[in-house]
Amino acid sequence: MTLRRSMLFLPGSNAAMLSTAFVYKPDSIMFDLEDAVSLREKDAARLLVFHALQLPVYRDIETVVRINQLSTPFGPKDLEAAVRGGADVIRLPKTDSAEDVHQLEAEVERIERASGREFGSTKLMAAIESASGVVNALSIAKSSPRLIGIALAGFDYVMDMQTERGDGTELFYARCAVLHAARAAGIDAFDVVYSDVNNEEGFLKEVDLIKRMGFNGKSLINPRQIELLHNAYAPTEEEVDYARRVIAAAEQAERQGLGVIALNGKMIDAPIVNHAKRVLSRAQASGTRK
Amino acid sequence: MNHFANSRLDQEPAIAHLEKFQGYAEHTPYLKDTELKHSRKICQSLEDAIRASGLKDGMTVSFHHAFREGDKTINHVMDTLAHMGFKDLTLASSSLLSCNAPLIDHIRNGVIRRIYTSGMRGKLAEAISHGLMAEPINIHSHGGRVKLIDSGELHLDVAFLGVSTADEFGNANGISGRSRCGALGYAKVDAARADKVVVLTEEIVPYPNAPASIAQDDVDFVVKVDQVGDPSKISVGAARVTSNPRELLIARLAADVIEHAGYFEQGFSLQTGTGASSTAATRFLETRMRKKDITAAFALGGITGSIVELHKKGLIEKLYDTQSFDADSAESLRTSPNHYEISTNAYANPGSKGAYCDHMDMVILSALEIDLDFNVNVITGSDGVMRGASGGHSDVAAAANLSIVVGPLIRSRIPTVVRNVTTVVTPGECVGVLVTDHGIAVNPNRPEIAERLTAAGLPVTTIEDLYRRAISLTGEPQAIEFLDKVVGIVRYRDGSVIDVVHQVKD
Repeated sequence: MTLRRSMLFLPGSNAAMLSTAFVYKPDSIMFDLEDAVSLREKDAARLLVFHALQLPVYRDIETVVRINQLSTPFGPKDLEAAVRGGADVIRLPKTDSAEDVHQLEAEVERIERASGREFGSTKLMAAIESASGVVNALSIAKSSPRLIGIALAGFDYVMDMQTERGDGTELFYARCAVLHAARAAGIDAFDVVYSDVNNEEGFLKEVDLIKRMGFNGKSLINPRQIELLHNAYAPTEEEVDYARRVIAAAEQAERQGLGVIALNGKMIDAPIVNHAKRVLSRAQASGTRK
Repeated sequence: MNHFANSRLDQEPAIAHLEKFQGYAEHTPYLKDTELKHSRKICQSLEDAIRASGLKDGMTVSFHHAFREGDKTINHVMDTLAHMGFKDLTLASSSLLSCNAPLIDHIRNGVIRRIYTSGMRGKLAEAISHGLMAEPINIHSHGGRVKLIDSGELHLDVAFLGVSTADEFGNANGISGRSRCGALGYAKVDAARADKVVVLTEEIVPYPNAPASIAQDDVDFVVKVDQVGDPSKISVGAARVTSNPRELLIARLAADVIEHAGYFEQGFSLQTGTGASSTAATRFLETRMRKKDITAAFALGGITGSIVELHKKGLIEKLYDTQSFDADSAESLRTSPNHYEISTNAYANPGSKGAYCDHMDMVILSALEIDLDFNVNVITGSDGVMRGASGGHSDVAAAANLSIVVGPLIRSRIPTVVRNVTTVVTPGECVGVLVTDHGIAVNPNRPEIAERLTAAGLPVTTIEDLYRRAISLTGEPQAIEFLDKVVGIVRYRDGSVIDVVHQVKD
């Protein structure tokens, strides 16, 4: 079970950050070639990221590259560098429809073939940043077997909706729509960044909300938020204890060839067992909640 | 004349070699003058005090550095000594900082010939590293300084001690008045040991001034000056609080090490240095202490605001303070009945009859460099220029049950973990654990610690592995080029020489 609680954004042009960011141990690191890189640094950033992707220190961490839209002069070059560099996942910005994903998928296939990279090894994720994207969320989520998740990007979305970031009301529908689309397609769902990095309380409040909604995790812009997020997602000791007993009961039932799993006289079905596995993998990743 | 004189004593051969009584004020003439009796130590000017002290060319003058970058006493006194024409002096300040750059001229002009200090920063350090002085400076630890004084090598002729308040007899402290530096741990040592003691005070307060960090029976002269220091600049430089995610990551790992190394029990003791990560580590201890429901018996050393915070919350019972690193600490020393001021002799002198550091469980220390044998350099930077201080590093590392060195694996593009440190200040045999942002290395001489940290799930690796990782990111750095001339002698806390610093090639 791949945990994707935290996806840390790094400006691709910042060499110092590229050489150290892995020490914070986010679940995924997203090298940004798009909005965080100024026009005059696009080429430098692309080269830096191409080399960073091949550093041994990034072997144990999921790497994501956010490319510029393919319609820009930079997008195709970004994609070429990211796929050949060995990025685990390509993140497509401003995805409005399934067609955007199909176009990206075709390009990725071509580069994989041309470069000798294992066919299908480049995964994709789509960022939804507009009203159209939200409305088309389900078809986007089901558009490609390479898609590992969809992410809501708050800033452009609220602009498109003619509102602004506030207490979360402005994202209410979008969050629900993106999350349902992801679950219906069987892929992951990521929430927006929380940009007020010095407001721990506000951040944790938002994390609490999206965790209860069911998001896999969140995009992050400051490494300080990683520990807070992982801790908030970490199960309590009681939850871990219960999950262990669920797994034990399931294993026992399997050994005994029983179709029905029971714990303390209550029947347990497959979703509960899956949830228990998720709890244990979160506990394994970052311990129990402090 | 109404005083008693026993003429019969002249006839007693048994007491011929003893002085005969000549009157109650024979040796204390000021007792006959009700005005002079109380005011005899007060000097009208610093020049008067210097003249009265009997200071001569070639002698040693001493200072404390409790005001750190805010110090106004050292430069003021040295300017005055230069103006009065003194030459060939030995300057023995407990430490020197960037603010002491004006001393460069006094060295050039022959006013200062030798220096004993814990460290140096800024332009002064730069100039001395480039060969400004004919004689190498001696760099000592805080405890080692007292040892050098007691051994006779460093004889303090006149101590000039800046304080915020003193009374007319010299009872002085740093916790009352305007410019409060807090603890006077270094000054207490000099007051007790120098031949002559001049107290420079911003304010002469009514007798008796209490508490008397510096006591009247150690003080020869008292002189009022405009300003002895600017306490707002004490926490500039070494002591700071961070929001840097990398320093916070290291701090959290350091707190994890403290929690799991085997000494985190009811009544433990700790010292945290003043580096960003060690200060921050203190913050992470609170939840860990509450979770385990334990309190610390005491904290030692340079006391910082973050330690004071834990003290106020009842998590650290007592504070033993030889130097206050910020205003919060100075204020706590003034107000908390369990915050005690101690001399540097009691803090860390290996020659004292009992140093608090000998009772230390765990200490967090910084490093500019640490090598594969765990030797630590806190003096020379990656350019070979001196830019730090020995401080209490080697003292507490030697005495504590566990020394934890913290630092980023790479600073900008310079590795902190190196094959051989440029200058050894603390020998590796005293360092238990290294905590970096890339993982934790445990000294092979502490296998039990490695076992405990690994069992707790901490990212334990070897120092060789950290070194390889650093080099894989930065490449092998070019060696610094030095000349033959020795510009600094690093004295270990027991007075022995542990290393020398050579002049850097321009």
